[in-house]
Amino acid sequence: MTAPPEGSFLSGQLPTAAVEPAAAAAELAAAVDEPSLGRRALTSLRRDPVALISVIAVIVLALVAVFAPLLAPHNPLQAYPNGLSADGAPVGPGSSFLLGTDPNGRDVLSRLIFGARVSLLVGVVATGLASIIGVLVGGIAGYAGGIVDSVLMRITDVVLSFPILLFCVALIAITGPSTRNVMLVIAFGYWTYLARIVRGLVLSLKEREFVVAARTLGIGHRAILRRHILPHLVPAIIVYSTLGIATSILIEASLSYLGIGVPLPQASWGQMISQGQEYFQTAPWLLIAPGVALVLTVLAFNLAGDWLTDLLDPETSGDRR
Amino acid sequence: MMTDPAHVHSIADQPTAAAPPVVDVRDLRVHFKVHRGLLGSQLVKAVDGVSFAIAAGETLGLAGESGSGKSTVARTLVRINRPTEGSILLSGAETARLSGQDLRAYRRRMQMVYQDPYDSLDPKMTIKDAIGEGLTVRGVPRARRKSEVEELLARVNLPVALAGRYPGQLSGGQRQRVSIARALAVSPEVIVCDEAVAALDVSIRAQVLNLLKDIQADARVSYLFISHDLSTLRFMADRIAIMYVGRLVEYGTSEQVFSEPAHPYTQALMAAVPDIASLGGPRPAPLPGEPPNPASPPAGCAFHPRCPLAVELCRTVAPPLVRKATGQLAACHVVPDAPEVA
Repeated sequence: MTAPPEGSFLSGQLPTAAVEPAAAAAELAAAVDEPSLGRRALTSLRRDPVALISVIAVIVLALVAVFAPLLAPHNPLQAYPNGLSADGAPVGPGSSFLLGTDPNGRDVLSRLIFGARVSLLVGVVATGLASIIGVLVGGIAGYAGGIVDSVLMRITDVVLSFPILLFCVALIAITGPSTRNVMLVIAFGYWTYLARIVRGLVLSLKEREFVVAARTLGIGHRAILRRHILPHLVPAIIVYSTLGIATSILIEASLSYLGIGVPLPQASWGQMISQGQEYFQTAPWLLIAPGVALVLTVLAFNLAGDWLTDLLDPETSGDRR
Repeated sequence: MMTDPAHVHSIADQPTAAAPPVVDVRDLRVHFKVHRGLLGSQLVKAVDGVSFAIAAGETLGLAGESGSGKSTVARTLVRINRPTEGSILLSGAETARLSGQDLRAYRRRMQMVYQDPYDSLDPKMTIKDAIGEGLTVRGVPRARRKSEVEELLARVNLPVALAGRYPGQLSGGQRQRVSIARALAVSPEVIVCDEAVAALDVSIRAQVLNLLKDIQADARVSYLFISHDLSTLRFMADRIAIMYVGRLVEYGTSEQVFSEPAHPYTQALMAAVPDIASLGGPRPAPLPGEPPNPASPPAGCAFHPRCPLAVELCRTVAPPLVRKATGQLAACHVVPDAPEVA
């Protein structure tokens, strides 16, 4: 009926090749080089002194933990005869014992340094375990969906519904206190937080067109999870792990404070605080030294985590247009 | 005249289709259950009885407004959606109900180029890895991968220097070429292009369309080319299918449909295309109203509320897709049928 007139836009003529070389050159030029992650990290650290200090603090703490035997002026387990005054009271800070001694005549500074080892070890190992469990559970739940998702997330909810410290205390009561058990117990309490976050991310990622495209290309589910989903989870995993280390250190200290954490005579900050409490009026350094160390460490990890969040936030890191 | 649309099977017996079709879709239905509130749910018939065939090396253009179900057809062909009913024959073999390993093997033969060049490539994967992934699917040994990636880049007219870049560093046109190279890496028989050039600038669009035509000439790959842009379809397609609310309303060769559109809806679509030749002249009256909600299409012919030719019959009985006097198939009670061949 209404055939289009000849020469109209419908006649199959498209603007063609004349523009090609120029357009191609423009396309090449349009390829923008974004600053690398390392460069952006340095720039943001220069602008943000709080982040800079916290990152340095975390690095220093890690070095102290690694080189504890070299840095500690005394043996942390040794009761020194000159560590106690004539009437058997602990010696205050001074030239022979920089941070004083404890009621057993042991050097507080050395115990603090070896305590950093315990704290970091527990923090890193517990968080690492928690991350592995959390990413596996959250990733499978989010990707599989349906009944698998429901079952895994209800289990997560059950664990999540306990206050984490109470959950850990209950588990320690079953397993008995030891450094290994403390790490395992914290991991079993903390994985739920990551599982929830990872599940949410995977739910939205699997609807992204590049994941759908990978599926229609003929790639298997496991390869899609490994190659197209996991790399996008890395920023979130790093951020929540950093925060998780702070939480784990705090839980370890709480368990040790309660006397069910790292067993004596090994030094741990929580247990030092617990002991120092009794002597607060006569030997305040026993409480202040580990207390300050704990507060600063947790603060540093939290602030470093916040900085990482800003740095790796997918919304600002050029992930999307 | 064919009376019962349920018995309309292969639509491939077209005068021009001598060889058996690569893709033969018969009476495809894709229904979605949409949940409303706590208990209610509603059946949306996104695709409701669509049949078409594509021969080797041929392009079928599929057009229609948004919501007509054309993207659902595409997504069902590459099995993002599961067909509710009907057949999808690939080189004669039924594929509509494949799963597991068979489905993965099927995906290798039926590829798709997506509309959004910004989201269809993984932003964290380099170009060579993205294309290499397609080669892995085909089972190309690791040693040959680098040279094949370079070959594929050359084939889509991209410099090899781009291999190490990330999609974020490429323009839309370049990304779409990468998507095409990635689909070619699997060496499929069919490529579904769902609005594959809609997001590109006009100059870049022409280059990509020409590239697709060159690839077709080389590899005899078939295209299902989906677009709302009729001038693009006229350039690309050998046959045209027009969809309206989940059904085909017109189906014929590009020549038939563009020179003598039979269905009033097709005529309205053609009239709505901006036309430089008649710029400033009287504009044809635009189609009144909006396309209906696919969840509750009108009774009878879905187009009747907007149709200038509608008669009483159109309100109650859905017209079958039959051959019209102008040669193509159309679903309309009013337009005269082809004379019956005795």
